[in-house]
Amino acid sequence: MEAPRQAKLELRGVTLEHTNERTRQILPVMQDVDLKIYEGELVCLVGPSGCGKTTLLNAVDGLMPLAGGKILVDNRAIDGPGPDRAMVFQADSLFPWRTIVQNVMYGLELQGKLPRQQIRERALALIQLVGLSGFADHYPHELSGGMRQRVNIARALVMEPKLLLLDEPFAALDAQTREFMQVELLKIFARTRTTALFVTHQIGEAVFLSTRVVVLSARPAQIKEIIDVDLPPMRTLAMKHQPEFLKMEQRIWQLIEEEARKTGMLTVA
Amino acid sequence: MDVTTTKATTQNAGEPRLAPPKSFWTRNEHALLGAFAMTAFLLFWELSVVYEWVNPLFTSAPSRIATTGYDMFADGSIWPHLRVSGYEFIVGFGMAIVIGVPLGILMGWYGRLNAILDPFVSALYATPRIALLPLIMIWFGIGLESKIAIVFLGAVFPILVNTITGMRTISADFVKVARSFGASDRQLFMTVALPSSVPLLLSGLRLGLGHALIGIVVGEMYGASAGIGHMISVAGARFQTDAVMVGIIIIAGTGVALTELLRMIERRFERWRPQVGG
Repeated sequence: MEAPRQAKLELRGVTLEHTNERTRQILPVMQDVDLKIYEGELVCLVGPSGCGKTTLLNAVDGLMPLAGGKILVDNRAIDGPGPDRAMVFQADSLFPWRTIVQNVMYGLELQGKLPRQQIRERALALIQLVGLSGFADHYPHELSGGMRQRVNIARALVMEPKLLLLDEPFAALDAQTREFMQVELLKIFARTRTTALFVTHQIGEAVFLSTRVVVLSARPAQIKEIIDVDLPPMRTLAMKHQPEFLKMEQRIWQLIEEEARKTGMLTVA
Repeated sequence: MDVTTTKATTQNAGEPRLAPPKSFWTRNEHALLGAFAMTAFLLFWELSVVYEWVNPLFTSAPSRIATTGYDMFADGSIWPHLRVSGYEFIVGFGMAIVIGVPLGILMGWYGRLNAILDPFVSALYATPRIALLPLIMIWFGIGLESKIAIVFLGAVFPILVNTITGMRTISADFVKVARSFGASDRQLFMTVALPSSVPLLLSGLRLGLGHALIGIVVGEMYGASAGIGHMISVAGARFQTDAVMVGIIIIAGTGVALTELLRMIERRFERWRPQVGG
């Protein structure tokens, strides 16, 4: 953050609303949020449950209209989904009727810019990058949860997006696999140098992966605090037990707890 | 793919091996049990006639059915019936597929078209189509056309309803993924809606098949001059139990064979599904 860098992603006064189709009730989800994310950064969004983290991620992906404000990628306002952004969904979002390589080929196939053979080669390269060569012709149900999640990452990365969006990608994994996948993700990012915005419920995961952690307030969400994670870029699982790490984790917990109390989710002191 | 270059940090590096093959008995246990039960049943049936526990005029016997069946094929008397019923089935069921599948896809995809046609489809789907036979006879006469119409009406609604359901129950998650990767409406249709509705579409064909066979038999019994159903009806009136049984076996055999064929097609399309049971 020393040199004047151009923001990869910029939120300008972003306001989000959610309409309940049945009751016609319009719920304010996010109020006037400004945020800048720079090239190569991995920023995590955390906040009390139901504060609109995933909604914001969907809005950045272009899947949801804004009630106000602007979202800019490389200084250009977005209008719907685009090839400059790609989303890593949860494990069960792979198309079960497509093989692994066909799943990874999906986005490029839709674009239809490259010949099929070239798309396949790029997909295979990504499958190797996430450590799954040999499984290209398997179907998703033949893979473990952790392996499926690597495919999900490959499916997004093959698009070579300027910005990668991750929506609680490890939520469905068991605790062990989850920790290993966190390390894997950092390795993959070190190689691809992707800029990423990441939503998680797990504070430890947020601190471990991020360069910065954005703590959101209760709904309608605003940015409560941004915490710089000054851990060395090459992280190991052992760091999770270091005092600085634990201190950051505790600080974020404290912030979220304050917010959760406002919503009545947490009632006892 | 060369597996040897893989260096997955969280996977065990052990090479995959083949488990020892299962024995013939384990592999075919269910089929063998079924075949055994069927053989035992036929044997009991035959013996019950040989030892005169029952009157063969009512029950016939496997050996008598086989002889009668052989004679009917040998003297050629069965062929006109087979030809007529076969023609009615192929044309009626074929039309049900050709019209039911595309219309179901359109109705599933376009909500407004569905809203317009749904009352008609639901009403006719809920009506036993056999009840329409008198009307169909009035409209089409007792020739092939009326039977084709009843086969078509029997088969088209299960196909239609299943195809619509398949198209309307697309997982919202998959739609979100497709949209996120920039899918247009047409691409969403081709890459998500169609493949995910194939299983329901095929089971619709299987349901329709059963209804088509019912249509043939009942239609021909009600009014016809040839066909397997007609043959069964005439033989029954003359107490020719053996010939009745031959007709029933032909219908049942056709049903089983075609259902099995559709199952094979389903399996071909559903390799991506986890195998259930054993």
